[in-house]
Amino acid sequence: MSERVKENKKSPAPVAAAKAEASLPVLGPLGMLRWAWTQLTSMRTALFLLLLLAVAAVPGSLFPQRPTNPFVVTQYIKDNGDYGKVLDKLQLFDVYSSAWFSAIYILLFISLIGCVVPRAIAHYKAMRSQPPRTPKRLSRLPEYGTLVVPADAGLPASDAINSAAGLLRKRGYRVEVRDDGGARPSLGAERGFAKEVGNLVFHTSLIGVLVSVAIGGLFGYSGQRILVEGDTFVNTLVGYDQFTPGTNFQSSQLQPYSIQLDKFDVTFDRESRGKLGQPIDFNAQVTTKESPDAPEKKETLKVNDPVTLGGTSIYLTGNGYAPVVTIRDGAGNVAMQGPVVAKLQGENYYSSVVIKVPDARPDQLGFVGFFLPTAFVTDEGISFSGDPGLFNPQLTLNSYYGDLGLDNGAPQNVFELDVKGLTPLNNRKLEAGGITLAPGSTYTLPDGKGSISFDGVKRYVGVDIHHNPGQVSALIFALLAVAGLIVSLYVNRRRVWVRTGTHEDGRTMVEYGLLARGEDHRLAAEAQAVRKLLTDEWQLDDSGSTQQTPSRLDDNGADSVTTPTGTAGPTKDQ
Amino acid sequence: MPFAINETMGAYSELLMLLAAGTYTVAFIAFAWDLAKSSKALRAIDLKAAEAAGASAGVKVPVAAGVGASAGAARGSVAAADRVDSHLAGPAGRAERPSSSAAKQAGAMSAAGQTADADMRYAAERRVPARVAVALTVLGVLIHGAGVVTRALGAGRVPWGNMYEFLTTGAFVAVAVFLLVLIRRDLRFLGTFVVGLAIVMLVAASVAYWTPVGHLVPALQSYWLIIHVSIAVMSSALFTLTFAMSALQLVQSHRQKTIAAGGGDKLGFMRLVPSALSLENLSYRINAIAFIGWTFTLMFGAIWAEKAWGRFWGWDTKEVWTFVIWVVYAGYLHARATRGWTGTRAAWLSIVGYLCVVFNFTIVNQFFNGLHSYSGL
Ligand code: HEM
Repeated sequence: MSERVKENKKSPAPVAAAKAEASLPVLGPLGMLRWAWTQLTSMRTALFLLLLLAVAAVPGSLFPQRPTNPFVVTQYIKDNGDYGKVLDKLQLFDVYSSAWFSAIYILLFISLIGCVVPRAIAHYKAMRSQPPRTPKRLSRLPEYGTLVVPADAGLPASDAINSAAGLLRKRGYRVEVRDDGGARPSLGAERGFAKEVGNLVFHTSLIGVLVSVAIGGLFGYSGQRILVEGDTFVNTLVGYDQFTPGTNFQSSQLQPYSIQLDKFDVTFDRESRGKLGQPIDFNAQVTTKESPDAPEKKETLKVNDPVTLGGTSIYLTGNGYAPVVTIRDGAGNVAMQGPVVAKLQGENYYSSVVIKVPDARPDQLGFVGFFLPTAFVTDEGISFSGDPGLFNPQLTLNSYYGDLGLDNGAPQNVFELDVKGLTPLNNRKLEAGGITLAPGSTYTLPDGKGSISFDGVKRYVGVDIHHNPGQVSALIFALLAVAGLIVSLYVNRRRVWVRTGTHEDGRTMVEYGLLARGEDHRLAAEAQAVRKLLTDEWQLDDSGSTQQTPSRLDDNGADSVTTPTGTAGPTKDQ
Repeated sequence: MPFAINETMGAYSELLMLLAAGTYTVAFIAFAWDLAKSSKALRAIDLKAAEAAGASAGVKVPVAAGVGASAGAARGSVAAADRVDSHLAGPAGRAERPSSSAAKQAGAMSAAGQTADADMRYAAERRVPARVAVALTVLGVLIHGAGVVTRALGAGRVPWGNMYEFLTTGAFVAVAVFLLVLIRRDLRFLGTFVVGLAIVMLVAASVAYWTPVGHLVPALQSYWLIIHVSIAVMSSALFTLTFAMSALQLVQSHRQKTIAAGGGDKLGFMRLVPSALSLENLSYRINAIAFIGWTFTLMFGAIWAEKAWGRFWGWDTKEVWTFVIWVVYAGYLHARATRGWTGTRAAWLSIVGYLCVVFNFTIVNQFFNGLHSYSGL
């Protein structure tokens, strides 16, 4: 390892790579693989890939993304011509499923596995092996100190080491005593294996999170549905307005539960300055049934408070008004009756309305216009909604007749009416003018084409329905990861060595040293604690402290008289 | 149902915020005065020491040079000692981190050149302007805290529901965290930065983002708002400290190199600041806490997103940037364990991470459309 380190020391990764490339012919195919693997699982590559991942995630916030905003993306490409197409080719509208983003995180996770497995094995071995042998020169360790037990205390070197071993064991160290019958018995002790375990748990859990997310993508599904008060949704494919299956979705996964919207209430802010009319509470009363024959259950659906049913969760994500209309055709029959979902356009529930009446005879009818819960008209004749509440509801519509183009089976957006092939009946420029309706009023269309009545107003909600089988395990792994992270950052892996010896004058000389693996700012405190344990146990007076801060000074042997190292004469440095 | 709005409380709150900003401004001046004064005093002490040392030539220069050199030596020896028995060294290229004990030695040797020692414990010497500055900051934070509390009472909920409140409460937490750290560590050299930032945030809040007390939009009515946002704000406050320390670390390490190379010391005020290695070590420890906090922010955000929108992760702009920040700081933690990436490069990562935090808080909140667009603008 040290050789590789030397080789890599100065050269940044690319240079190192180039260098290694130069020597490839010598390596052979197997060597090359091994080399590539070593590179991939190196700390530097992990760091590089991590930073690359951060950079690669950014464009997804700069460009509209297909999964969340498909229409915006289409518009963006339309507006930007070739530039838009190039961006699309580069998958900048699908960043998080793009080949390059996937490549980065897959490489990162391969690197992670390549990292975790060998380390787990090495750590397992380390946990089962004895603490490392006692270094020759404890004084070189970052924390070092000496103690002297008077000759009359009756604590020979071997007893001292065993007593120290007992104390350290109590403190949670794993201890091995060496050569306790010899002239210079010593002990090696180690604790804090949890640090590495924590680190491994953390990294492994990240893999777990990724796998859980993948499972969600494979077997999950989601969909949307608009429910007007009184409507019932049944969890079947046809029940959805919009449905997004996971890659491995099967329709048999859908459990046919039902949910009915009984009532939807909105509370508007009537007190705060500047925010008057802002909604502050949405409350949907629903009746649910786990299956067609199950008993009914009353529940409340709110924002931030989904209803769970049949393995799915149902979220309140939108709402608005649905004016109820009755439309009679030229033949005098009711061609349509019911609520029309008005789409939010502006302030105070200013909403657009599109009504298509394909059943009207002799001509199909179409209406386009606006719904205003509290209608106001400015002096210039511009109407706006003055309040989100229903204080002066109004429908203003233009009408058309002709072929709506629905019969050829091509799907149409229900919120848009293509008026190209239609003949206008009502609008402001025509003699007949536009249609303005208040609740309870009826308007008769010109030319005997029929009539429209505005019967009342209901509310509707938009719900999102999600099923994600990977969710729970993702949470569990995330929690494991945090636990591992905390353990890894806050448990300290430390080693203690103690060596004793007998001075010519009969005193027992004790020296100890501490070493941390990795960052450990509390090592000095630990050294102090260990020292206190020993002095208390041996009833030494520690006021004339011989504690030494680690320093290179004692390497010159200046105070070697007091240390066993000194008595043993110079030892060869490691 | 939400509590009633109390406009009087709201008005008190705004007054208190202004008072706090005023107090901070005085504290800022005191901190700046301390920097100027201490650096002058230190220079005088150094000069005297140099004179006293007389022929033993250039005490000042080798002392400062010792910071870098001995730290390097210590780092080397710790690593060497550890390598004796660690055949499980892990992935290739893994570095031993510059340890605190190494920094301590470095600090001990350079103590003559700096007020704050390596541990950033308080030195015996009194710095009157700094004490005045801290006292004023404490006064400011009390007023500020009262402002935050009255805001909460006025709105009948936690005071972090729109940009105005994020800024005022965020500034309060930043200063409070700074003062809390001050109890244990002498980070008064960061005073101008932290207090200055708080002033900027308060002014921006009242000038550009002023919003009267009001109810929360339904999207924010959740106890996750309390958990998720409070942890995010606290982590950000810690990141603020480490950002300043990392920036100073870069300057300090440049200065140390210049001095070691025999160059002059043009940045006298930097004597007040600990050695680059000590800055690196303390900011690492703070960053580690903040990273755990940010991990929780990310997780709780995901849980909340699941509750509110039905999916725990959807790459919404705010989610993207929270993730980017998390990954950058994960990179920072890795860098500290990667050969060749400790020190200056790690400091840059910490700085980049903080810039992302600021970006996420300002630009993303304002100009990016996403599900999080409820900042009250
Ligand atoms: C998904 C990508 C990864 C993330 C988000 C990540 C994150 C982290 C974090 C936050 C830490 C610091 C906390 C701790 O000490 O446990 C860390 C430490 C570490 N990571 Fe990763 N890591 C990733 C991939 C890798 C890979 C691929 C490797 C192998 C080359 C690796 C090797 C290490 C090592 C050796 C440490 C311990 C450093 C030390 O404290 O001594 N990590 N990682």
